[in-house]
Amino acid sequence: MDVPFWNKQVETLDRASLQAIQLERFREMVAWALKTPFYGKKLASVGIASPDDVKSLRDLGRIPFTVKDDLRRGFPRGLLAVEMSEVVRIHSSSGTTGIPTVIYFARDDLDRWTDLLARSITATGASARDIFQNMMTYGLFTGGLGLHYGAERVGMTVIPIGGGNTKRQIQTMKDFQTTVLHVTPSYLLHIHSQFESEGVRPGDLALTRAFIGAEPHSENTRRKIEDLLGIQAFNSYGLSELNGPGVAFECVHRKDMHVWEDAYLIEIIDPKTGQNVEDGQEGEVVLTNLIRRAMPILRYRTRDLAFLHPEPCECGRTHRRLSRILGRTDDMLIINGVNVFPSQIEEKIMKVPEVATNYLIHVDKKGALDRLTVKVEIYPKLFLGEAARLEALRTRIREELRSSIVISPNVELHEPGSLPVSEGKAKRVIDERPKD
Amino acid sequence: MAKQLTIFVENRAGRLKTITDNLRKSNIDIRAFTIQDRGDYGLLKLIVDKPNDAYLALANLGCACALKDILAISVPDQPGNFHRLTSALAEHNVNVIDAYGFVLQPHNTGVCCMEVDQPQLMKAQEIVAEAGFTVLQDEELYSL
Repeated sequence: MDVPFWNKQVETLDRASLQAIQLERFREMVAWALKTPFYGKKLASVGIASPDDVKSLRDLGRIPFTVKDDLRRGFPRGLLAVEMSEVVRIHSSSGTTGIPTVIYFARDDLDRWTDLLARSITATGASARDIFQNMMTYGLFTGGLGLHYGAERVGMTVIPIGGGNTKRQIQTMKDFQTTVLHVTPSYLLHIHSQFESEGVRPGDLALTRAFIGAEPHSENTRRKIEDLLGIQAFNSYGLSELNGPGVAFECVHRKDMHVWEDAYLIEIIDPKTGQNVEDGQEGEVVLTNLIRRAMPILRYRTRDLAFLHPEPCECGRTHRRLSRILGRTDDMLIINGVNVFPSQIEEKIMKVPEVATNYLIHVDKKGALDRLTVKVEIYPKLFLGEAARLEALRTRIREELRSSIVISPNVELHEPGSLPVSEGKAKRVIDERPKD
Repeated sequence: MAKQLTIFVENRAGRLKTITDNLRKSNIDIRAFTIQDRGDYGLLKLIVDKPNDAYLALANLGCACALKDILAISVPDQPGNFHRLTSALAEHNVNVIDAYGFVLQPHNTGVCCMEVDQPQLMKAQEIVAEAGFTVLQDEELYSL
């Protein structure tokens, strides 16, 4: 099999040379982190006051973990290591509550991140000859712009169509003879289900590859996509705290994702003890960003569960491979590629006086797509007996939720006392999506 | 003014029974009812002989229910009379939110219950009276 490289020298470095680069960058990141109020305190508490206090990669273990709540508490500038005038882009992701997580990039940070995406794209065999339809949401979400600039750097013909509008997506695939897609697996399956009604047969299209990501999926789902569309589907991994997509990507062999280890230090830990586990053992993914100076992040607990393959890949890359995401250590839901925390929903519902404090979050599938339904109870004392007011209430709750979780859920109104009570450990989330 | 009891009811089997069972236990006589279907829920609207007692019986049960002033209009049961009523309201630009009717004695008397926007309620009452209809007060309605 032909194995294309973007930067063969770096991608095939022997382990010792790779670790030398890691140590150099790690020390540099510690220096930048020390400029932030958040890490200044955190690193001082473990006796790191300058990069000289970091002698080897083993010193990573001395640094306390960073969690999502730290980013929320640091909002908006507690983790910023440069002047705002040096920041050229802001991205943001959902926080566990109303306060979002903000990510800052300086010009060089974007350049290094874009290079990782060009490397990722090239690793799949895609090239400047491809027509690339980027179906991920643009904007604050890193998925859209991240791949966009990576694809431009590779020299692909980029169609920045963004998410949604199925008819237009299909028409565009046909009009421009798109060869490569970037899309969530559920949306790609939905698109495929609409081919017939749009009068399109897979033979009318020129698709060869899809980069799928932003939501966990099984090997079965990948195979289904590949069979239905006659293409190759490549899994990808990233999160905005670690720049965005391009933390790990599959190569032409499609046997799990190479973590770009010159840019990220990856650890897999036992989520209970915080201790590192052996390669091959499942645990929580912990990542240290080695390439972003504007906002350094050290030992970030992703809450994603996965394992690292101990054996090398046939492609010759020395960067270890990360398995599919096997689960989460928290209650975060991923709905059509959008991260949603139940606490975000709860926070909004508690602010609506016309509904009681009991609620239920229900997730299922409608066709290929996820469907989120939020069930709330009418609060009897504020019930006026008017249908128009109830509908206005339903709309208001939907809009409130959309402002916080980005997607627009179904809102169901229920009788008082019909949902699980708020005391104790009521099960508030029912996820009926098939696990295949 | 006549009172209507409106009850929020989820659209699933057995919910109406719980309500009627409790009204029965409280010895409430239902004079008229209708259900406004809203998809996943409905609004059960009742005219009963003892509105306050019925309200308390259901509220104590935890139901979302409300007592609301409505227009209960006596309409002679003959062709064209309902049209006369709607014309009078239309002429004065009164919007009817919901309405239902029942015949008390065939070819003799019918009753039309109308919900209008609360700010327009008094005005609507005057319009209906001017058009020659009798607006039933609560006692009159419940003792029919």
